[in-house]
Amino acid sequence: MKMLATTDLSPDTTTQARRVGPPILKVEHLSREFGGVLAIGDLSFSIAAGDIHSIIGPNGAGKTTLFNLVTGVYKPSGGRVLFDGADVSGMAPYRLAARGMSRTFQNLQIFFNMTALENVMVGRHLHLNTRLLPALFRFPSLVRKDREAKDRAAQLMADVGLEKYVDADAASMPYGALKRLEIARALASEPKLLLLDEPAAGLNATESREIDEVIKTVAASGVTIVLVEHDMKMVMGISHRITALNQGRMLAEGTPQEVGANPDVIAAYLGAAP
Amino acid sequence: MNALLHGRLTGLLALAAAIAILPAFLPNNFYLDIAILAGFNAVVCVGLNLLIGYAGQISLGHAGFFGIGAYASGVLVGTYGWPPIVALLAGAAFVGLLAFLVAKPILRLKGHYLAMATLGIGIIVSIVLRTESGLTGGPDGMMVEPFKIFGVELYGEKVWYWVVGVLLVGVVWLSLNLIDSPMGRALRAVHGSEVAAEVVGVDTARFKVLVFVLSAVFASVAGSLFAHYAGLITPAKADFFKSIELVTMVVFGGMASTFGAVVGAVVLTLLPQALTIFQDYQQIVLGGILMATMVFMPKGLLPTLAALLPARRRA
Repeated sequence: MKMLATTDLSPDTTTQARRVGPPILKVEHLSREFGGVLAIGDLSFSIAAGDIHSIIGPNGAGKTTLFNLVTGVYKPSGGRVLFDGADVSGMAPYRLAARGMSRTFQNLQIFFNMTALENVMVGRHLHLNTRLLPALFRFPSLVRKDREAKDRAAQLMADVGLEKYVDADAASMPYGALKRLEIARALASEPKLLLLDEPAAGLNATESREIDEVIKTVAASGVTIVLVEHDMKMVMGISHRITALNQGRMLAEGTPQEVGANPDVIAAYLGAAP
Repeated sequence: MNALLHGRLTGLLALAAAIAILPAFLPNNFYLDIAILAGFNAVVCVGLNLLIGYAGQISLGHAGFFGIGAYASGVLVGTYGWPPIVALLAGAAFVGLLAFLVAKPILRLKGHYLAMATLGIGIIVSIVLRTESGLTGGPDGMMVEPFKIFGVELYGEKVWYWVVGVLLVGVVWLSLNLIDSPMGRALRAVHGSEVAAEVVGVDTARFKVLVFVLSAVFASVAGSLFAHYAGLITPAKADFFKSIELVTMVVFGGMASTFGAVVGAVVLTLLPQALTIFQDYQQIVLGGILMATMVFMPKGLLPTLAALLPARRRA
C-alpha cells in the first residue's frame, strides 16, 4: 500500500508506453430493464487488469446500474459479465467478493451501529474464521487471527488517512471520512478489482485531491480500479481508459484525450449543437 | 455501568457476583421463585437480543420455541419415559431444525412482513399445543416430571435458583463471545447494511438463518428447564402475548446490549409483581411505565444509563 514514487500513473505519459494487461472484467451485450425502461442496453466493453478505468456519462446514463449489474446487486436481463475469465452474471455479491471483487457506494453504506475500526474489520470477513462454534467458545486460533485483523484494519485506516478515527463510532464521523472508510473496508477484503461509485461526490477540493491520491496508491499496489465519477478533473487526471455512457449505451471509449475530444461525448454533456 | 457494557469479563463477573449474593436478600421462596422466572426470561432474551438487537431481525414468535422446548420435555419425559437431559437435547435439536426450515424463506422478508411471518409461527405452535390434547393435555396444560440427572432430582427453589443462575451466566458468556467475533461482526453488519456486508463477502442469508436458529435453541433449552421447574405447563407459555413480552424485555433493556437484555428481563419480570399494589390499575401503570421508558430512553434502559455515567464524570 505504499505509494511507489517511481510509478508514474499520469495517463499522458503512459498511454503509449503502458503495456495493456489481460482483461480482468468483461461485459458482453449486457442489458437491464426496469419495467420496460432500458437502463443498460447491449453494452460490451472490457477492463484491463491494473488499469484505472473510469465510467462517465450524464445523470441517468446507467453508470450505477452498470455497477450493480457487475457486482451482483442486480441480475442482468441479458448478456454476461465475465470476471477473471469466468461467467459471473447475476452471481451473489458475497460470492463475487470471495473471487476478489469489492465496491463502494454512491450513497454511503456504512455500518453505523459499529465503530470505524469494526467497519473495516468486517471487510476482513473472508479471511477470518466465521463459524459459530469457534466464536461461541472463543477458540484461541480465532482470537489470535482476530487480533491480527484488528491491526490490519488499523493499518488500512491509516493508509487512507483515517488514523484519528480508529476508535470513533462510525455514526460520529464526518461525510468525507466515511467516504474513505468505505474504501478502507473494501480494501480489507483484498480485492483484485475495486469499483468506486462516485468516491469524490460531495467532497471539497482538498478532500477530493486526497481521495485522488488514495486511488492512485491503491492502483499502484496492483488493484484494478473501476471508477464512476462526476469530477471530470479527477477522471481526466487519473484514468488510463474511459468508457462514456449515454442512456444506457456506449457512447465512446478510449484514453482520456480521445474521450475528451469525442464530439458525441461533448454533445451528451453540453447538449447537441443544432 | 460502562464496564458492564464494554468489559467482557468485568461484566460477566459482576453478573455472577450479583447472582451469587442475591439470595441473601430474598426473604423467602416467593421471591426466589420470581428470581428464577426472571432468570429463565433473561436466558431467552439474551438469545433473542442476538437476533433483534444485533442482527436487526424481529421475531414475534419466540415463545413458540420456548413452548416447544417445554412440551418436548413434558411429553418425552412424562409420556415416553425419556431421561430429562436427552429430552431437553432432543427438544433443542427439533427446535433448531424447525427454526432452520422456517428461517430460510421468512428471513428474506423485512420489517413488518418479517414480524407478521414470525407471528404466524408462534400462533401455529400455540394452536397445535391447544388442540393436540391427547399429547399435550390441551388448554389445561400438562404436569411435568421433575428433572433428574445422574440419579439426583432437582427440587425446590433453592436448587433451581442456582441451576438457572449458572445457565444465565453461561448463556451471557456465549453471547459476549459471539458478539466479539468475526461472526458477531457479520451479524451486526447485516443490521447496519446488508448490501455493504455482501460486497465484502458476508453471506447475509446464512448468518440471518444461523442467528435465528441459535436464538430459537436458547429459547427451547430455557423452555425445557422451565417445564421441569414449574411442574405444570400450559399453551399460554407459547402464545403471542408471551412472545410480545419477550420482545418488550429486549427493547426495554436496550437493544444490542447483552446485559441490557438481562436487565430488561429482570425488571419486566419484577415490575408486574411490584405493581400489584395498584390493584385494578396495575396494567395501566405498567403500560405507562413502558411508554415513558421508550419515549425518554429510546435506546433502552441500560445503554441510556451507561451513556449518562461518563457524561457526569466529565461535568
